[in-house]
Parts: sequence; C-alpha cells; structure tokens
Amino acid sequence: MKVLHYLNPFFSQLGGEEKTNMAPMRIEGAVGPGRLFNSLLKEGQIVATVVCGDNYYAENMDKAREEVLTLIRKESPDIFIAGPAFNAGRYGIACGDLSHAVMRELGIPAVTGLYMENPAVDLYRRELYIVSTGRSAAGMRKDAVKMAAVTDKLLRGEEVGLPEEEGLIPMGKRVNIFCKEKAAARAVSMLIAKLKGEEIKSETPIPVYDIITPAPPVKDLSSATIALLTTGGIVPEGNPDHLPAATAKFYKKYSIEKLSRLESGQFESVHAGYDPVYANINPNRVAPLDILRIKEQKGEIKKLYPYLVTTTGNSTSVADATRMGKEIAKELLAAGVDAAIMTST
Amino acid sequence: MGIPTAHVATVTPISKSVGAVRIVGAVAIPYPVGQPNETKEKEEILRENIIEKALSALTS
Repeated sequence: MKVLHYLNPFFSQLGGEEKTNMAPMRIEGAVGPGRLFNSLLKEGQIVATVVCGDNYYAENMDKAREEVLTLIRKESPDIFIAGPAFNAGRYGIACGDLSHAVMRELGIPAVTGLYMENPAVDLYRRELYIVSTGRSAAGMRKDAVKMAAVTDKLLRGEEVGLPEEEGLIPMGKRVNIFCKEKAAARAVSMLIAKLKGEEIKSETPIPVYDIITPAPPVKDLSSATIALLTTGGIVPEGNPDHLPAATAKFYKKYSIEKLSRLESGQFESVHAGYDPVYANINPNRVAPLDILRIKEQKGEIKKLYPYLVTTTGNSTSVADATRMGKEIAKELLAAGVDAAIMTST
Repeated sequence: MGIPTAHVATVTPISKSVGAVRIVGAVAIPYPVGQPNETKEKEEILRENIIEKALSALTS
C-alpha cells in the first residue's frame, strides 16, 4: 500500500529557516523520518514525500493547501502521514491542516504527531488521529513507533484503539464498550474508591476549556495610554540581556521614551523562528514604534507607554506564555496603561 | 480584569486557539507590520492601516 509523507524542509534535510518560504515540492521515496517509518511500517511504504516551507504554508494556507494536494493526488496514496511536528507551531498547523484536507478531499485516512501543547492540537484534535509526541525530535523513534502502529492498523482496516492504548491525543468522542459491571455498580465502586482517597478514572472526562473573558474596550483612545508589546524577539543591538532565540521564559522592557522609531543597528531580532533580515533592516516592521509615535503626536492616542515589552515567541510553552502574560498585564495596569498592541511573528 | 490587547499576528488561528479576541491580521511572519516588497510609500500606508485596525479593535 502506498504511503505519502509530508515534511518541512528541516526534517527533509533540505535546509533550515532560510527554506521557510519554500513552495511545495515532491521528493521520490522517503527522506529523514520517512526512512524510519519505512523500516517500521508493515502494511505499506512511503512512495513519495511532499515538502513545503512552514512560513509558505502558514502565510498562504489556502494556496499552499491546494498546491500540496495537487502533488499528493498524483501519487494516489492509500494513507497520509504528516510530520511529526512535535512542538513546532507553524509546522504543526501545516500537518494538521493538510491531514484534515487529505481526509476530506481524497477520502483516505491521515496520521500526524504533535506535542500536547502544540497550538495545532486544539485546532485539529476533534477530527484527526494525532499521536501525542515529545516536545522535540529527541523522542523521534518512540513517537514514530506509535505513529507507524496506528498507520498499519488503518491500512489493515482495523479499528484504532482507545487514545491511551494507542498513544493518541483524545478526539473527545464517546465510544460504547461492554463492561462486566452495570453503570450503577461502577459508579458506587468509584465513589467508594474516591472516599478512600484512591485514584479514580472518570469514564467521561469533562473537557477543560480555558475561557478568557475579554477585557472591556477603551472608551476614548485620545485619553488612553497604549503599550507596545511584541513576541518577535526585538532587543537592543547585541542582546544585552541574552533574551533566548527560542523557548524564552522571561520578557524584557526597554526604554523607548526618547525614541521616535527603532533604528536599524540599535535594535535587532534574536528570534530564531523567522528570517530576521527584514526586521534587522527596519525593526519597526515587527515593533511599529514609528507609527504609534505619530499617532501620539497627532493626539489620536494620549500617550505611548515608555517601554517596549519584548520576548521571543518561539516554541514557548503555553504555561510560560500565560505566566508572562499575567506578569506583563500586572505591570502595565500598575503603570496606568489602558490598552496594548502586541505583534507576533 | 486584564487589559484590552490587540494581537497583530499572521497565523491568526493560533491567536484564536489560545483565546485572543481582538485579532488583527498581519502581513507576514518575518514582517507583521511591514512590506519590504512594496515601495516605501506603499509600505508606510499599509503599516499605518494595520495599526489603525489594531487601535480600532481596542475600542470595540
């Protein structure tokens, strides 16, 4: 049976971040993790690999999806494997979106692999077989074994087991199973176990939704103090505080009080998740101080908060990002800031 | 209570998935508020346009 594999340029060994705008292309046979899949798969083999740059995909999703689908259709595969993309956000979105599209448009099954905190998980988990992987490629072999096992089952037309048996991220579907004991007996046993302080496992876990109540809007911009925030890794030239290029756990504040714009040579990007050339030529393309300063001079906003708040949003964990967001909000509120504009790359 | 924030981002599904509500579509990942492929004049108009959208999102 024919397996079609999707990878980004990094995992297909075509290049790193400089290939991130690469248009989709086809490679004969298996490359990178595809070779590992071919050694593990019993029911099929990867016949071709389609590679596309992560930024190319994320920035023009409709166009990129059609182009990749065109390449995939030519192979008429029996199944589609994407990634695994681990904790890579843009790559994860491409894997999730394509798997979904392939299932819908080609009517074949798809399997991908993502780290639980990858933003693509929440977007695609309801529809897709997503193997729960580690954060990075360090656990590639272990994760590939799980992905290959699910792929083989789907190729044999077998039923895929429960998420915990297969190592999948739960889709949130309820399935009927036969139990020896009646529901009432199971419920009482569970209650007794709970009263004894033993560990219990719900049969229908209630999904946890993180609902964010929007802050009330600003009534009048001309009397508002606005803060400029970025996750684009813009720092003073030389990066004096060693803001990390990825997985940042802190943010920094830099005074922009006396500046009308961020000059090239005085500010730079340290973000390792995008090509920094355009930001280094003109850092205002990421942190638009120049325009906000004009808005302040014209009186459209009352005042710009005198600091640029910056971090690197590259493979940052949701937990760290949430903590930093709360810390930043606290500082801004204490300083009398009314609203913020945050740019992300 | 937090602080109203306009999120200027290119990959807007990510903003949505983490619960952002005031989202403004940006130009591209390496230059959310820029367009190096355009003339300087056109780039400045585009940039101001994005910031105006962000400011207006803060009031709604």
